[in-house]
Amino acid sequence: MKSRHKKLALIGGAVALIGIIAALVLNALNSNIALYISPTDVAQGKAPADKLFRIGGLVKEGSIQRQADGVTIRFIITDTEKDITVDYVGILPDLFSEGKGAVAQGRLLPDGTFKAQEVLAKHDENYMPPEAAKALEDAHARGVQRQAEQEAAKAAQPKASY
Amino acid sequence: MNDRFNLYRFAAPATFYPLAGKMIPWFVAAGILFGLAGLYIGMLVAPTDFQQGEGYRIIFVHVPTSWMSMFIYLVMAFWAAIGLAFNTRLSGMMARALAPTGALMAFLSLWTGALWGKPMWGTWWVWDARLTSELILLFLYIGYMALVAAIDDPRRGDKAGGILLLVGVVNIPIIYFSVKWWNTLHQGSSVNLTKSSMAEIMLWGMLLMALAFWMYSIAIALARVRTIMLERERHTDWVRQELAGDSQ
Repeated sequence: MKSRHKKLALIGGAVALIGIIAALVLNALNSNIALYISPTDVAQGKAPADKLFRIGGLVKEGSIQRQADGVTIRFIITDTEKDITVDYVGILPDLFSEGKGAVAQGRLLPDGTFKAQEVLAKHDENYMPPEAAKALEDAHARGVQRQAEQEAAKAAQPKASY
Repeated sequence: MNDRFNLYRFAAPATFYPLAGKMIPWFVAAGILFGLAGLYIGMLVAPTDFQQGEGYRIIFVHVPTSWMSMFIYLVMAFWAAIGLAFNTRLSGMMARALAPTGALMAFLSLWTGALWGKPMWGTWWVWDARLTSELILLFLYIGYMALVAAIDDPRRGDKAGGILLLVGVVNIPIIYFSVKWWNTLHQGSSVNLTKSSMAEIMLWGMLLMALAFWMYSIAIALARVRTIMLERERHTDWVRQELAGDSQ
């Protein structure tokens, strides 16, 4: 009986040890596992030069414009602290819209704009019928004052969920 | 044997085999009922989503299979730990019986996710932490099945497979928390034990489908463990009696 319990403790210890090793390795690889970086990271010079990378954030309200050439779409990706202007030629996914999350892959040009080769929409975790969304929107419009306060709070912690 | 009811009695294949046989029809029936109710609510009753339209309905398969793929692995790892510590015969058979179902669930989760990802995200696949760790889970299932199949002695196969299962269990919290720990394209979880950011009727459809997948997984694993028992214990008296009884 005793040796069985010893074995069980040994198994528990081994699994815990593997867990700790995995946690340390993943922690060390943290920046490589992240799919995208934020506009703030880009502003701090964390973006790789001459290499493809992804930026992610919210598409700024009112920022989507079709350029004069008719095929280029220009929009701003923001994390509410810093903005990056993105140029993209191609088809946008259905869920891509202003105020929603998006991830763009491409290069940073010398003028500070981001030339995207691929733009993906990031969905959030909310699932609701259109009527509920409309009701939420109305309530949202009524509480503009409160929203402004929330924005200020959000700006204080830019890693809040998108 | 003492007189009072002893749960450990069912750890012996000879007693578990008939018990499993009796339980299977009930789990099949419950699975069909929950499945029909879940599909009815999911496909007909639940409203469309305000952003995704009808395409969101894939969550009624995607989320339950993803949950099952992680949960079945945890159950297999539990059996592996029991088997390694107490050297019980049944635990290795249980782990083997669950593996193909777990692999199926992981595959369905990845496949339905890709089908949803193309219209919603704009891509079938992206190497973010959630998708990659779920793919590793599928490989763990396949690796476990290949490993235990490659070792001729079943008890030694169970031990080797058990160690693989226990090493791989570290991947489960990584899958679950990946959307919290890193920037991923995959959204955060809509539902956990304390909160839900889904409309209630959608949530009900999803939970019923989850129950249906539970019942399916239990029924198919019990059926599979019965065949594994017969094969492994074919030289014992109880299997001879069982087979003689079947052929009447």
